[in-house]
Amino acid sequence: MKRLWLILPFALLVLFLGLATYQLTQPKDEFVRSTMIGKPLPAFDLPGATDEAPRVASGMFADGKPRLLNVWATWCVPCIAEAPQLMELADRGVPIVGVAIRDEPEAIAKFLETYGDPYEAVARDDIAELQLAVGSSGVPETFVIDGKGVIRYQHIGDIRESDVDALYAEWEQAQ
Amino acid sequence: MIAELGLAALWLAAGLCVLQFVSGAIGVGGGADSAVGALARPAAIVQSLLLVISFACLLRVFAVTDFSVALVAANSNPDKPLIYRISGAWGNHEGSMLLWVTILGLCSALVALFEKRMDDRFMKAALAAQGFVALGFFGFLLLSSNPFARLDPPAEIGAGLNPLLQDIGLAMHPPTLYLGYVGLSVAFSFVVAALITRQAGPELARVMRPWVLAAWVALTLGIAAGSYWAYYELGWGGWWFWDPVENASLMPWLAATALLHSVSVLAARDALRTWTILLGVVAFSMSMVGTFLVRSGILTSVHAFAVDPERGAFILVLLTIYIGGAFALFALRAGSLAEGKRFAMVSREGALVVNNVMLSAILAVVLLGTLYPLLAEAFGTRVSIGPPYYNPVTAIFAVPMFLVLLIGPLLRWKRDSLSRVAVPLAIVCAILAGSVSVLVLFTGAGVLATIGLALAAALALASWLPLRGRQLRRVPLALWGSMLAHFGLAVSLCGMASESAFSVERLVAVRTGDQVEIGPFLARLESVEPVAGPNWTALEGKIAVTGNGVDTLLRPQARYFTQPFQGTSEAALLTLWNGQLYGILGEAAGDGRWQLRLWWKPFVTLIWYGGILIALGGVLSIFGHLRSSVRRRKIREEFARRRAERDAA
Amino acid sequence: MMLAAALLAIAAPGAGQAVSSAPLANTQLADPQAEAAAQALMEELRCLTCQSQSIADSDAPMAGDMRHQVRSRIAAGESPDEVRAWLVERYGDYVTYRPGFDAATWPLFALPVLFILLAGVVLVRRLGRRGE
Repeated sequence: MKRLWLILPFALLVLFLGLATYQLTQPKDEFVRSTMIGKPLPAFDLPGATDEAPRVASGMFADGKPRLLNVWATWCVPCIAEAPQLMELADRGVPIVGVAIRDEPEAIAKFLETYGDPYEAVARDDIAELQLAVGSSGVPETFVIDGKGVIRYQHIGDIRESDVDALYAEWEQAQ
Repeated sequence: MIAELGLAALWLAAGLCVLQFVSGAIGVGGGADSAVGALARPAAIVQSLLLVISFACLLRVFAVTDFSVALVAANSNPDKPLIYRISGAWGNHEGSMLLWVTILGLCSALVALFEKRMDDRFMKAALAAQGFVALGFFGFLLLSSNPFARLDPPAEIGAGLNPLLQDIGLAMHPPTLYLGYVGLSVAFSFVVAALITRQAGPELARVMRPWVLAAWVALTLGIAAGSYWAYYELGWGGWWFWDPVENASLMPWLAATALLHSVSVLAARDALRTWTILLGVVAFSMSMVGTFLVRSGILTSVHAFAVDPERGAFILVLLTIYIGGAFALFALRAGSLAEGKRFAMVSREGALVVNNVMLSAILAVVLLGTLYPLLAEAFGTRVSIGPPYYNPVTAIFAVPMFLVLLIGPLLRWKRDSLSRVAVPLAIVCAILAGSVSVLVLFTGAGVLATIGLALAAALALASWLPLRGRQLRRVPLALWGSMLAHFGLAVSLCGMASESAFSVERLVAVRTGDQVEIGPFLARLESVEPVAGPNWTALEGKIAVTGNGVDTLLRPQARYFTQPFQGTSEAALLTLWNGQLYGILGEAAGDGRWQLRLWWKPFVTLIWYGGILIALGGVLSIFGHLRSSVRRRKIREEFARRRAERDAA
Repeated sequence: MMLAAALLAIAAPGAGQAVSSAPLANTQLADPQAEAAAQALMEELRCLTCQSQSIADSDAPMAGDMRHQVRSRIAAGESPDEVRAWLVERYGDYVTYRPGFDAATWPLFALPVLFILLAGVVLVRRLGRRGE
């Protein structure tokens, strides 16, 4: 019993060393994942890209067609990097709804003119209410929403060339 | 040339460090009389001189901003004021490692020069252990982080120092903290020597005590300064966030505090032998764990500077060798150490055991909370642990500890009775009950804050009760030290509880000329104008503060540094005897309005004044113990001389 | 004057992500009790885009938007626990500095209980013996 007590500090140290070594070798997960996967897309009703454009609301996700919900912004540099990939997905027939975070109508128009417009509709989310409601913690992020309006998948960060097929597959799966 | 000189001195010092280790080890192995075995002490002393030369060379290249040295080019800039150019020398990984090794060398030299109380074999073992610890850091410096590496061709311009770090408080922060860590490493070496030579009596405690006290004083000051720095520099008005980096500095302090008290039991009564030895290892291991957590970047923190996983791996290897070795030695040897003396529940030792158990439990809670997110991450979930967890859980252990502290110092060693201290006991209970009722009836303070304020009030008086029945002039210096430290704890606790219970915050968007009420004051934004500093430009708000006998200007700034480009918020503080008014100039809010964030924090400054008093108490204790140890030696020598005279006669 | 213009341009709002434009991000609620409840909650919620800061302490625009959610929901009559639950549903335990008691966090509470027991055992064993 006494001996056991004397070994305890050593044992605790070994536990700590194991944990520390394991964590040192792991890549650091910088992102906070949404825990809304499998849950319905929260109701929202946001202004469109310009003041004249129609409002964008959660109702449009309930028409039986799966969609991508792309959280982006004109002030975000990786969003420029992912623009061609979004265009490619749109060309392959994927409907994409954009949510521009803390943005201005003129900036949005200019961005879409410069880098292409893959969107079925763009909503302006000036106070990040939809972004928070779906559990997104940064821009850009892309969610797959199925035909019943349930969130199926979250892609964090810009969509690279290599991500396009996976994302397309997730969208097909959500049919 | 200077850089090469520094590097050469560093290599030579490393060589001497090897000699110190080998010679010490041979000495322990029985070859104490051999020529090599006698070299440990001189090796330690010369080594420290070489390290001072090396560090001076580093200061020199930073002072003159020698851009042909890679470290200077990466971390400095001639536009900075001289003081920050110099402090830039240790505001980076390589330089801070050199500083650490230099302080370690100086402490080894002090041990080698002045420590005469233990026998030769013990000293050899201690110096060997000290050399072994230093060797790892020498290897780290010379093999993977050479501070004197040249850059060819020299850089044109430097990168500058993170503007958040251009601050006098922060310049002094690492040296203070390192002094604490090194002090604990000396205690560690003594403990290892005790395990090797099986000497764990009161003499060990007396030898360790000044180092533990010095380390503890330095850690106390380091934590207090770091907390104050975060308070005014980060601009959120908070002074403690239970952030992993803060916890990393708190854990060695908790262990050192426990060690300090168990050492005093061992010194006075020859009890708690194994426990003291274990704590000696734990205290140093906490400083290494802390360094690892901060430097490896495996934890997310607001204070994370100089993060690099590779360095983390290096520190982890050193930690494995030193602490793993020491714990293994402990498991093997501690069982064979003679058990110390026994004591009754109601006794000074009993109170100090409560202190040790509770401090260890708090340490365990902080360690658990700090490491748990890492563990959870390994299992694929992410959790955050903050004040709502730490505050109540540590309080479970802290409150009984404080209660025992109220009368513990009044108890006699070995065995005592509560009836003997009935009067002081009644007094502190009355203060506790009185302050709790006043707080509950007249303020809206929360549960923890109420307990904290009541304990602070009782402790403020109780800490001086050991003076009862003593002649003031004959009170030992060490006792003054301990009373002052306990009183400082009460002061600090009062500040913490008062800040958390009575702070007022105002967050407003105002035009110039608008007036807002904040606590007992009226604040009016007079103007927002640009000002220029040596390497920054800023927007400065002028806020007129009136009321409660005050009529003054607060000037918070939003600063923009140019090298490297970064914005910081400079809080404006108005310090009064009864608290601080804290002002931040935020963003422009549109239509000519500015965001202002104002706090009135009653008695918040007591937190840090308390910290200073605690440290002062520690310093008094060091001098007290050193003085009495010199006296003891004089008496012994006198005794020996008389006996020799008598024998001769 | 050039300097003033440049600085005012830096500090000006509307530069996209520079600052949250949510109405309640930096405006306190009129009702002091509701504001106190919101403030207490904001200090316990973790900013998602910063290192380790509460949303009360962070200048990040997203933290501002989260403060708006907290204040507007509390003003609308939700309890702080409901607001916290709303965020935890979206971001998991990561978002709150007050860990709940569940499958992922139970050791955080079980171990301190163990520490209490251990402390008790040590004190009883160590101090239960009378000094000779």
